[in-house]
Amino acid sequence: MASSDDIAIIGWAVSPMERRTAKTEQQMLFEVVSDAVDHAGITRADVDFTVAGSCDYVAGQAFSFVQNIDAVGAWPPKRDSHVEMDGAWALYETWIRLLAGDIDVALATGSGRSSTADPALIYPMEMDPFYLAPLGADALSFSALQARALLDAGKVTERQMAEIALRSRTSAKDNPHTQVSGEFDLDEALATDYVRAPLRKHDLPPITDGAACVVIARADKAREICQNPVWIKGFAHYSELHNPGMRDLLTSPSTTLAAKAAGLDEAPVDFAELQVAFSHEEVILREALGLEDDTPVNRSGGPLAANPVMASGLVRIAESARQIREGQGRRGVAHATSGPCLQQNLVCVLEGDER
Amino acid sequence: MSHQPCAVVGVGQTHHKTRRWDVSLGGLVREAASRALEDAQMDWSDIDAVVLGKAPDLFEGVMKPELYLTDALGAHGKPMFRVHTAGSVGATTGIVAAHHVETGRHKRVLAVAYQKQSEGNAQFALGSGRGGSLGAGGAFAPYMRSYIARSGSPLDIGPMVAVKDRLNALKNPYAHLKLADISLEKVKESQMMWEPVRYLESCPSSDGACAVVLTDEEGGKAAAADGRPPAWILGTAVRSEPSTFPGRDPVTPQGAFDCADDLYKQAGITNPREQLDCAELYVPFSWYEPMWLEAHRIAEKGAGWKMVESGETALDGDFPVNMSGGVLSSNPIGASGLLRLAEAALQVRGMAGEHQIDGAKVALGQAYGAAAQYFSMWVVANSLDPFGR
Repeated sequence: MASSDDIAIIGWAVSPMERRTAKTEQQMLFEVVSDAVDHAGITRADVDFTVAGSCDYVAGQAFSFVQNIDAVGAWPPKRDSHVEMDGAWALYETWIRLLAGDIDVALATGSGRSSTADPALIYPMEMDPFYLAPLGADALSFSALQARALLDAGKVTERQMAEIALRSRTSAKDNPHTQVSGEFDLDEALATDYVRAPLRKHDLPPITDGAACVVIARADKAREICQNPVWIKGFAHYSELHNPGMRDLLTSPSTTLAAKAAGLDEAPVDFAELQVAFSHEEVILREALGLEDDTPVNRSGGPLAANPVMASGLVRIAESARQIREGQGRRGVAHATSGPCLQQNLVCVLEGDER
Repeated sequence: MSHQPCAVVGVGQTHHKTRRWDVSLGGLVREAASRALEDAQMDWSDIDAVVLGKAPDLFEGVMKPELYLTDALGAHGKPMFRVHTAGSVGATTGIVAAHHVETGRHKRVLAVAYQKQSEGNAQFALGSGRGGSLGAGGAFAPYMRSYIARSGSPLDIGPMVAVKDRLNALKNPYAHLKLADISLEKVKESQMMWEPVRYLESCPSSDGACAVVLTDEEGGKAAAADGRPPAWILGTAVRSEPSTFPGRDPVTPQGAFDCADDLYKQAGITNPREQLDCAELYVPFSWYEPMWLEAHRIAEKGAGWKMVESGETALDGDFPVNMSGGVLSSNPIGASGLLRLAEAALQVRGMAGEHQIDGAKVALGQAYGAAAQYFSMWVVANSLDPFGR
């Protein structure tokens, strides 16, 4: 039973997921904010606090988030903040703020237009500027190294990686908010060349433009506004050393720490939505979270079907809320990540009311 | 309702300079954080979470640097959170960190903010590499001209602020600009940059970092019992508004008033001019001192310049402003907001050294950003109940 200090998700919206949108980031955000407050049954004026998650390098512009404040509708002036992180962390800040108890409703957004630039050019710049960035290795290269470590350790096979991609993209067929979906032939896929060994095209996420918005409220307000709030039972994030060479790439200790802090192990979950941008990461994350073998992962299709950078983590939380609202489970876990080889990880445990 | 007291028990900053080529980005933030931990008499392992703030990543060319700086800031196995709210970011960083403590989420949080402007070209980055950037001075000049026209302020007020802040900086060992021979004449003779702002009425470009250690009531009281006075946070507030639309007044933005009103209400302040002992305001260009005095209700509308003219805002005045030398003397952009909050904390702790205001009990720290549209503020005091409520 929720106490008055509990906080619930009361509305959300996910934009269309496209290879190249004709809209500006501000336009994408205007639509998801409008849709999410509508979905919550409130208006922008009812929102006490807003936090945006986005990245100047993805937008290709300094202070890119400043224009996005128009989409939130911060007039009269609003309590507001911005994180240069995925929208999942923006939601974390709104959650912390609501815990203070003096305001009731907040929303978080995540947005990114990856089509603006070449990810291979941008992503090396998030690495240590002295020792790693000069190598020019992008997220794909580092992920390939991690996949290789898993293969060498016998923790996964290339076929199992392809099966993860196939399952994700097959599930995505039922989700209107995806970009790449549908079955493919496993043997044919495994016969294709590597994009970066040992990763093949199906092991990689698409390049996606997209945005998401999630609205949360304190318990009393959530009950007043909403028939079936989705409760945030636990929320935590942890980081670990930056240099992948200093880490054991077979595990994700920061994911395990976050799961523990979020109380994931207090009861089994009915499903998980994980920010698996590269197929092999699902193997690491399942183990780090202690999920049962039969726990469904990424029924939405996950980032392998649509990967709006800076929103991809927040979409996992929105998708989890949707699955609980639609009765596909009562308790679920959403995960978000940032940095090379799963450096930083966030875990959000969600629950619907008992039926 | 789970709002618990929060105290500043450690403050640290770097020596701010045009180029800190003696340290890497990691070395820069670590220098400030180490000083804050030393002040708090804590070790890295005592910290539960780190909140990092900085302005655009394009300034140094490192995207999402919280990833790389996790190592330098001892955040392995801890939460590392990254804030970016334009020029106000340093202050917002302190405020987000305070929320982590006030809600009982963490006991000891390290807030760090920095900018290393020498790593890149701020003017280039402000225009996102496309050229044609007005720069901050060009963007704010029309607002300042409008302030002068509306308030009827004498034109010497801006130069007076520039002189005062540079004199204050001579007493601050960490300040970037040390202009011992500064004078009204020198300021007025310096090149006109963006009318009405001259070269010597503008902030420098600095490399620098600031760090603050925040802890809960128990931690604050323990520090006090140990003879290390804490600064208690009486309130925090943030406001944002869109940059342009018909009807917006960018000279005295509504967000500035709303933010101050929210803050004063939390802190129990009904008369800021009387109840605050001093203020550190984000003044990157001289005229912003009288403008913020008015927009935060410290002076009546149109009367901010009179506080400057009468010397009230000088270090020995009745309402000192920017005791540290302010943004006009050191501007590592991302850190500048946290430096304002930190100076407010140093003042009420009685630890501001040569620029200490005798008997300062309650102080305001403030920052703003973008087109004067993001506001972040806190009020700190030497006790949880300085007004005997």
